[in-house]
Amino acid sequence: MNTTNPVYRKRLLSHRIGILLSVIAMGIGLAFLAWILWTLLVNGVSALAPSLFTGDTPAPGGEGGGLRNAIVGSLMMVGLSTLVSTPVGILAGIYLAEYGDTNRFGQVTRFVTDIMLSAPSIVIGLFVYALYVAKVQHFSGYAGTIALTLIAVPVVVRTTDNMLRLVPNNLLEAAFALGAPRWKVATLVRLRAVKAGIITGVLLALARISGETAPLLFTALNNQFFSADMNAPLANLPVVIYTYAMSPYDDWRALAWGGALLVTFTVLFLNILSRTVFTQKTPR
Amino acid sequence: MSAHPPVVIDKPAAAAAAGERDLEHAALRKTMRNQRIQDFLFHKITLLFAASVLLALVGIIASLAIGAAPAFKEFGLGFITTVEWDPVDDKFGALIAIWGTLATSLIALLVAFPISFGIALFLTEICPAWLRRPMGTAVELLAGVPSIIYGMWGLFVFAPLFADHIQPVLKATLGPLPVIGQLFQGPTMGIGILTAGLILAVMIIPFISSVMRDVFEIVPAVLKESAYGLGCTKWEVVRKVVLPYTRNGVVGGVMLGLGRALGETMAVTFVIGNAHELSASLFMPGNSISSTLANEFAEAASPLHVSSLFALALILFGITFIVLSAAKLMLAGMSRKEGTK
Repeated sequence: MNTTNPVYRKRLLSHRIGILLSVIAMGIGLAFLAWILWTLLVNGVSALAPSLFTGDTPAPGGEGGGLRNAIVGSLMMVGLSTLVSTPVGILAGIYLAEYGDTNRFGQVTRFVTDIMLSAPSIVIGLFVYALYVAKVQHFSGYAGTIALTLIAVPVVVRTTDNMLRLVPNNLLEAAFALGAPRWKVATLVRLRAVKAGIITGVLLALARISGETAPLLFTALNNQFFSADMNAPLANLPVVIYTYAMSPYDDWRALAWGGALLVTFTVLFLNILSRTVFTQKTPR
Repeated sequence: MSAHPPVVIDKPAAAAAAGERDLEHAALRKTMRNQRIQDFLFHKITLLFAASVLLALVGIIASLAIGAAPAFKEFGLGFITTVEWDPVDDKFGALIAIWGTLATSLIALLVAFPISFGIALFLTEICPAWLRRPMGTAVELLAGVPSIIYGMWGLFVFAPLFADHIQPVLKATLGPLPVIGQLFQGPTMGIGILTAGLILAVMIIPFISSVMRDVFEIVPAVLKESAYGLGCTKWEVVRKVVLPYTRNGVVGGVMLGLGRALGETMAVTFVIGNAHELSASLFMPGNSISSTLANEFAEAASPLHVSSLFALALILFGITFIVLSAAKLMLAGMSRKEGTK
């Protein structure tokens, strides 16, 4: 090849610049991830003491304390929300995969689900406030759960729908040929074939709502004390992190970093778990 | 005489067989009827749950509209173009918040687009196969980091560095320029519209790059191989074959990122400065729709203030809805392409 040809040299140069820029872009992306995780580790590890899990959030200027009430509150809301959104999301996803292709209603629902996936979460908080909090006149863990459920359901619907569509038709036809009714084919054959994929969807939804802060600001609010009453304002990690990080007290900020470390690594762990352990093999 | 042996018909047995057949038929019919009822119920029940998603959207729009009605009645459509936001005098206008939302999102797009393109290119064309999965997962983890963490990192780590090292440089180099210079003047505090935009950029990179990566992957290998066969370099293949083929998908991915950036709340609230001021400089603090909601909704006392916040939320939801719909439509066109070639 004639490497002295000026046209060829010019093309090779632009190729090399392009590839170099692409590698740099990848480096920037990874660098930001590393930078954020490093920041969390540096600031958060010092707060990781047993008292973080045994003490409750301290009063303004108070010494020590931990995040026990916030951790319990978050677990309760996220847990209840997952319990509700999993069946709702899976059933809606089954509808879309089974009947959604042939009618307008299915297409519109699929479209709306995609919009809801990226809808601003603070608007969902406002919606729950108008719908529930303003009616019962007090903030509560239930309101927070409703808001989180509204965010989690579209995630489960979307993954369920996507996964069910991977199931090959001949598997379904074989089941139909044995005389099985549609609901049995849909649940016992089709759904079961993509079980791992559905679990991935649920885990992703779980990861998504674990870190959501904006919808909880006007629904669950916060509670300085330990409470397991879902019908009253409930402490939760994201809102505690928000208020403590914005506060002028060093103790509070340290707790906020500890909480941030806890939340982030939980969420990232769930993300990685859903990608590695429960990878969906294409059903045959 | 008949050549055939006499056929002995065991009448009772035949009757029994026929009766059994009838019974079987009846049982079969019953099973089938039951199954039909079960299928009918199955259809309706799943339909109900699917409808709940639709209902949620309608409910959101309706409740926001009801909440926003008093504000629009009081201020009319001028609400959107009014600058003033004064809770003390009960005068509200949305322009500052709308400007903040649009400005931060556009900055985020301008920064995130080239980087996302580079990442998608790297992951589809350059990266060795064994590294693809870990690298791809790492980038997607950026999307998993909760937005409040971006906010804390932005406020406590990024903003001070930005104020000390990058803003003075920008001010010295771009500040004296005739038109765009205005954007880079004022105090270098670290927080403000520009910082919020940059942090949003980091947050939407994973969304844009993952869509781009998906659409790059559906370019038929034959097309690329023909271009390579003609002697194209990898860069030329990407610029002149892959990009034109996936143009709609790329734009769709960018719109999806824009939709995310518009509605992002916590990260922006931390670093935008929360000041109801309209300023030409990107260094100045401002306010976005979502940060105004996060800061003021819990403390809003007057009904008009609450209603104005609902109006802001309605505007935000409207903008994101349009942007996300456009993204969806463009990506839908892309996935149809996937089937045909």
